[in-house]
Amino acid sequence: MLLQQLINGFTLGFIYALIALGYTMVYGIVRLINFAHGDMLMLGAYTGFFVLNAFGATPSTLILALFVSMFVCAIIGVAIERAFYKPLRNAPRINILIVAIGASLLIENGSRILPFMGPNPRQYPQLEATSTITEVMGQRVVLSKQDVIVVVVSLIMMASLGYVVKFTKIGKAMRSVSQDTRAASLMGINVNRIISFTFAIGSAMAAVAGVLFASKYPQVQPYMGILPGLKAFVAAVLGGIGSIPGAMIGGIILGITEILSKAYISSKLADAVVFGILVLILMVRPTGIMGKSLKEKV
Amino acid sequence: MSIILHAEKISIEFGGLKAVTDFSLSLNDGELVGLIGPNGAGKTTVFNMLTGVYLPTSGNISLSGKSLLKKSPHQINHYGIARTFQNIRLFKEMTVLENVMISMHAKVNYGFVSALLHLPAYKAEEKKMRKEALDLLKIFHIDGKQDELSKNLPYGEQRKLEIVRALATHPKVLLLDEPAAGMNPQETQALMKLIRFVRDEFKLTILLIEHDMSLVMGICERILVLDYGLTIASGSAADVRKNPLVIKAYLGEEVEFGA
Amino acid sequence: MLTKVRSFPLLLVLTVLIIGVIAVFIRIGVINDYAAQILSFAGINVIIALGLNLITGFTGQLALGHAGFMAIGAYAAAVSVMQFNMPIFVGVIIGGIVTSVFGLVIGFPTLRLKGDYLAIVTLAFGEIIRVILVNMDALTGGAAGLKGVPYFVSKETIEKNPNAILWVPVLSFIFITLSVVIVLALVHNLLNSSYGRAIISVREDEVASGSMGVGTFRYKMIAFIISAFIAGVGGGLYAFLFNYLNPTDFNFIRSVDFLIIVVFGGMGSLTGTIVAGYLLTYLQEALRFLQDYRLVIYPLLLIIMMIFRPGGILGSREFSPTRLIHLKSFKKALQRETAAEREETK
Repeated sequence: MLLQQLINGFTLGFIYALIALGYTMVYGIVRLINFAHGDMLMLGAYTGFFVLNAFGATPSTLILALFVSMFVCAIIGVAIERAFYKPLRNAPRINILIVAIGASLLIENGSRILPFMGPNPRQYPQLEATSTITEVMGQRVVLSKQDVIVVVVSLIMMASLGYVVKFTKIGKAMRSVSQDTRAASLMGINVNRIISFTFAIGSAMAAVAGVLFASKYPQVQPYMGILPGLKAFVAAVLGGIGSIPGAMIGGIILGITEILSKAYISSKLADAVVFGILVLILMVRPTGIMGKSLKEKV
Repeated sequence: MSIILHAEKISIEFGGLKAVTDFSLSLNDGELVGLIGPNGAGKTTVFNMLTGVYLPTSGNISLSGKSLLKKSPHQINHYGIARTFQNIRLFKEMTVLENVMISMHAKVNYGFVSALLHLPAYKAEEKKMRKEALDLLKIFHIDGKQDELSKNLPYGEQRKLEIVRALATHPKVLLLDEPAAGMNPQETQALMKLIRFVRDEFKLTILLIEHDMSLVMGICERILVLDYGLTIASGSAADVRKNPLVIKAYLGEEVEFGA
Repeated sequence: MLTKVRSFPLLLVLTVLIIGVIAVFIRIGVINDYAAQILSFAGINVIIALGLNLITGFTGQLALGHAGFMAIGAYAAAVSVMQFNMPIFVGVIIGGIVTSVFGLVIGFPTLRLKGDYLAIVTLAFGEIIRVILVNMDALTGGAAGLKGVPYFVSKETIEKNPNAILWVPVLSFIFITLSVVIVLALVHNLLNSSYGRAIISVREDEVASGSMGVGTFRYKMIAFIISAFIAGVGGGLYAFLFNYLNPTDFNFIRSVDFLIIVVFGGMGSLTGTIVAGYLLTYLQEALRFLQDYRLVIYPLLLIIMMIFRPGGILGSREFSPTRLIHLKSFKKALQRETAAEREETK
C-alpha cells in the first residue's frame, strides 16, 4: 500500500516539478509570481485534448500532442508576457502582480465562455490501459502505462532544461539576466528576448505537465490549473524560489506529501496540509531547501 | 577623543565574490571623514553593512561600544546612525514635509488612539513636528517647497532633501553617499559649508562617500581609500593625494601627481 | 499627497443629511426594499474595500484573500449572536476581532519576508478557510449554510411588535452606512497621522523607510491586522443583512470584486474606494444579465487599468466634496488634474 502511494506521489510530484520549474525560472528572471502560469497547464491539457481527439490516442499521437501543446503554450506565454507584463517592467511590483491575477482570471474565464472549450468538463482520451502488476517487497503494486509515461517524459524535459541552462549560450544568458539585468544588457545580451524565451520555456513545461496531468486524471475543465498551479508554487518555494534543482526537489516532495496526506489523513484536508507546508517553510526557512537568496541592490 | 563608530575587519561575500575585505574604521566623535575610491570599490557596500542593510560575513561593528551586528536597519537608526542613498530613495508620492516627518516617527509623542481620533495630543505633536521639519528644511533652503511632491523636486534639491530626512532622525553619526553628485562647483561649495555647519550645530560625526575631490579634500579631516574592496590608503588629505597606490587606482598607472 | 478633509463640519452635515434623506425615502417606500438592500450591500463592499485599500493601496502589499476574512467575520458574528446571545453591534465587533487574530497569524510568517508572498498566502488562505468552514458544520451549518441569522432588529422586538419588521431595511441601511462613515473616518485619521506616514513610507521605499527608523515589519503587520479587522466587521454586517451564510459565497471571485473596487477607485484614494464601491455594486445589480461575462470583463478591466491608468479612474487624488459644490470650478479642477497627469506620464 505504502509503496503504491509513493509511486503515485512520485508521478504527481514530477508533474508538479515541471510546473514549478516555470514559476521558479520566471521569478528568477523578472521577480514575478506568474499567477497565469498554472493556467498554462490547462491550456496545454486542452491542446492535447484536441490533438488526441482528432488523431486518436496512441503513443505516437501522444508525442504529437506534447509537441503541439508545448508550441501553443509557448506562444501564448510569450504573448501574455509581451502584452501584459512588459509594459509594467518598471512599475511598482504590486501593479504587475495585479495584472498577473487579471491574466490568470482572463484565461480561465475566457476559456469557460469559449464554446469549443466551454464550462463543462470533458473526458480526456486515454491510451489503451495496460498496466503491469508486480510484487515488490511483498506489496502489490500497480504500475500503469500513464505513470511510466509521466516519469519518462518529465525526466526528459528536466534533463533537457538542465542541459540548456547549463551548457548553452542562451542558458548562460538566462542565468546572467536573472543575476543582474543591467549588467547583462551592458554585456550585449538582449534582455527582452531572454525574458520572452524564459516565459516560452516555462509555458512549454507547464503544457507538458498539463498533457501528463490529464492523462493521469483524465478530465479537462477551465479551472483545472488553479490548484495544481498553487501547489506547484508551494513546491517552488519549498525547493527554493529561483533554484532549478530546487523546483524539481520541491515538486517531488510535495507530490509525495499530497498523496500520503490524501491516503493517511483525509482527502479533504490534503490541500490544507499543502498550505500548511507553505506557511511552515516561510516561517522556518524562507529561502527553501536549496536556499538561494535573491538579493536586492541597494 | 572617543571612538563613536568602530568597524573591525568587516568583510562581505556575494556568492563567492568578496566585495569588501577586512574593512576597518574608527570614527572619533565629531570627525568628518571621507571614503573614496573608484566606482565599484565597495564604498556603498560598506555603508550598507554599517546600517544593517547587509550582514557582514565576518567582522564586527559597534556604536559607542554597542554591537550593531545582526541588528535591523531601523534598530541601527534608533541607536544613532542615519544615511543618505547613492541613488536617491525619497518617498516619491509624499510631500517634502512628509518625507522629513517620517524620520521623526520613531520618537512620536502620541499613541494610536490619539491618532485614530485626532485628539489634542495628536494636534499638538503634529504642530511641533511640522515646525521642526520646516526648521531643518530652512537650513538647506528648501522650505518653500514643503507641500510639493518630493518626486517633483529638481535633482539637486532631492539630494538635499535626502540629507534633511536623515538629519531628522536625530542621529549621532551621519553617512552621506555622494551628496554632491550632479552639483556644479558653486553648489558644491555651498554644500561643503552646509555639511560643516550641520556637523558643528548638531554635534554629529560624519562619514561621506564622494567622487568630487574638491569637496573631499576641502572638508574631510581624514580620508580612507577603497579599491576592489580593500583599504589601500588612509590618512590626511595631503598624504592621500600623494599616495601612488591611490593614484594608480584612479588613473590606472603611476603618474607624478602635481601637488 | 493625502489631502485632509478640508471642511469637516460641512462634510458631517452633508453626510447626515444624505443618510437621513435616504432613510426617510426607504421607510416611506420611495426607495423600495430591494434597492435599500443594494445600498446596504454596497456599503459593506465599501467597508471591506477600504480595509483592502489600507494594506494594498497604502502599504503596498497585495492581499488576495479578503473574502476569507469576510467569511470569518460573518460566521463569528452570527455565532456570537445566535449561540451566545450577544447584541448585534457587539457581534459585529467580535467578528472583527476574531478575523484580526487570523490576520495576525497569517501575517506574522509572511510579512517578515521580502517578496510578494502575501499575495499567494492570502490567496491560498482564502481557499482553505472555506474548506475549514464547511467542515466545522456543527458551528457553521456546513455546506448547507447557516440559516436564520438575525436582522438588525432583534428577535424580541419583532415578537413584541410585528410592525417592527417594516423597519428592518431602514435600520439596516442606517447601521451599515454609519459604519461606513466610522470606518472611513478612522482610516482617514490613521493615514493622516505619523502612523499613516510610516505605513505609506513602507510602500514607497521599504529600504529607505527602515533606514529612517520605521520598523517596516511592524507597520506591515499593523496595516494587515487592521485591514483584517475591517473585513471582519464587513462580514459581520453582511451576516445580519442577508440572514443566511454559505461558504461558497466567500470565494475568490469575491476577493477579486474588492480588488476591482480598490483598483478602480485608485489604490491610495479613500474617496475613490467609496465612489467605486457604490458604483460597481450598483452596476453589478443593474447589469445582472452580463453575469457570466463579468468574469471576463473584470479581469480585463484590471489589466487595462493597471497598464493605462494605475491611479484609478479618479487618479490618486482624493475627491473633495467642497469642490463638487462649486461645479464650475470643479470642472476646471478636473481639467487641471488631467493636464497635470498627462504632464507626469510624459
